[in-house]
Amino acid sequence: MFRPRPDVHPPTVEVFVEGAPLRVPAGASAAAAVLLAGLFRIRETPVSGAPRLPYCMMGVCFDCLAEIDGVANRQACVVPVAPGMRIRVQHGARVALDGGAG
Amino acid sequence: MPPSHDAIVIGGGLVGAAIAWGLTGQGLRPVLLDEGDVAYRASRGNFGLVWVQSKGFGAPHYQRWTRASAAEWPALAADLAARTGRDVGLRQPGGVQLCLSEAEFEERAARMAQMRAEAGNFGFDHRMIPMGPELREMLPGLGPRVVGASFTPYDGHANPLVLLHALHRAFTEAGGTYVPNARVEDDIHAAPHDFAVTAGGQRFAAPRVVLAAGLGNADLAPRFGLHAPVRPQRGQVIVTERAAEVLPMPVTTIRQTTEGSIMLGDSVEEVGFDTRQRPEVIKVIAERAVACFPWIGRLNIVRAWSALRVMAPDGLPIYDQSESCPGAFTANCHSGVTLAGAHARLLAPMIAAGALDADRLGLLSAHRFAHGEAA
Repeated sequence: MFRPRPDVHPPTVEVFVEGAPLRVPAGASAAAAVLLAGLFRIRETPVSGAPRLPYCMMGVCFDCLAEIDGVANRQACVVPVAPGMRIRVQHGARVALDGGAG
Repeated sequence: MPPSHDAIVIGGGLVGAAIAWGLTGQGLRPVLLDEGDVAYRASRGNFGLVWVQSKGFGAPHYQRWTRASAAEWPALAADLAARTGRDVGLRQPGGVQLCLSEAEFEERAARMAQMRAEAGNFGFDHRMIPMGPELREMLPGLGPRVVGASFTPYDGHANPLVLLHALHRAFTEAGGTYVPNARVEDDIHAAPHDFAVTAGGQRFAAPRVVLAAGLGNADLAPRFGLHAPVRPQRGQVIVTERAAEVLPMPVTTIRQTTEGSIMLGDSVEEVGFDTRQRPEVIKVIAERAVACFPWIGRLNIVRAWSALRVMAPDGLPIYDQSESCPGAFTANCHSGVTLAGAHARLLAPMIAAGALDADRLGLLSAHRFAHGEAA
């Protein structure tokens, strides 16, 4: 669905999207990595469970929430990739307290 | 001018909308005048508690009125759901106030004991629960600074914005007329059972008028022979991102919504008509929340706001019918959510019948301020 522009060849870094290794341009966002990986969702909403992908890509809409390096609900479009970064789909609301009432 | 409606309700917030909808249930066709977004709109900033346990210290009539409202709430929520399809998110599992020091715990215990003594035969069920397995089971994730809590079974919470929307929708579907951008102008006509006002470029006339304009009541009331000495009191609220359910019941200053957000609040500032936010106050709210529940500190904050409570000199509601212009009523309070049950289902029938119940509301008249405004 998304491909990098052929005329630009920036250095790349390796990240893991849902556990799969992927090389993405240095300086790209974690949300861009998810798009390049071709995932059909970056999160499922907490109330209805609807699947979502990054939308505004500029830190406004909060539709790109993802689990990054083990931290839930991060705005993936404002997080630059780093070598070895682990990006996972955010499934519903984050767990605030292990063993909570839910 | 002949009457255009059965009643004019001035103020489209939670108080006005609850009363206006309640009047439709009494067979009346009211008009609801809503000032617009220039108003202070306390109902948009509400924390959303249906709260009983702290209300009416030294004023058992206020405790009884609040309890009566909490008792009406299930029927209110069910009625709104049936008529509008909206779930206002009512939960009434009881509620807790947390104490962060032995001194706070002792003070709270004394206060609750006095509330029970003042309640007399009406009763006041409460428990002081010291920190231990029982409290940890009631509220997961309590912090080490918590020394205990007070609990009453009457407390709960709801979604104030959905409530406001549902009241408006139920009102208009029951035949009421809602007029937005309708600030009441100066050309007020007030005579016994004969009232007319201009708002939003239209003239309205009715044999009844209800002043439910929040802070606007202070200026409106004298025009109808009423007294509503209310002042703004600022409160600030912080809301976190949505999290999986942790809190099974609300705490005085912390509640988790049905969608998962954690709301933090309960600040008090006397700053007049100033709706700005102060970082120092937000910091105190956040620090206390994290002391109560350390895991809250890991959540992202997504919004914060302030709003102005509608506060009488003694902190209690004010209800009156005008003596010089009978048919004119005033309703003032800072608990638009908690008291919605009473306003829609107890107060509105009194207004429709033309007399406030002196047993329930006599002590909540502004006559109590007649000899200087007590603090």
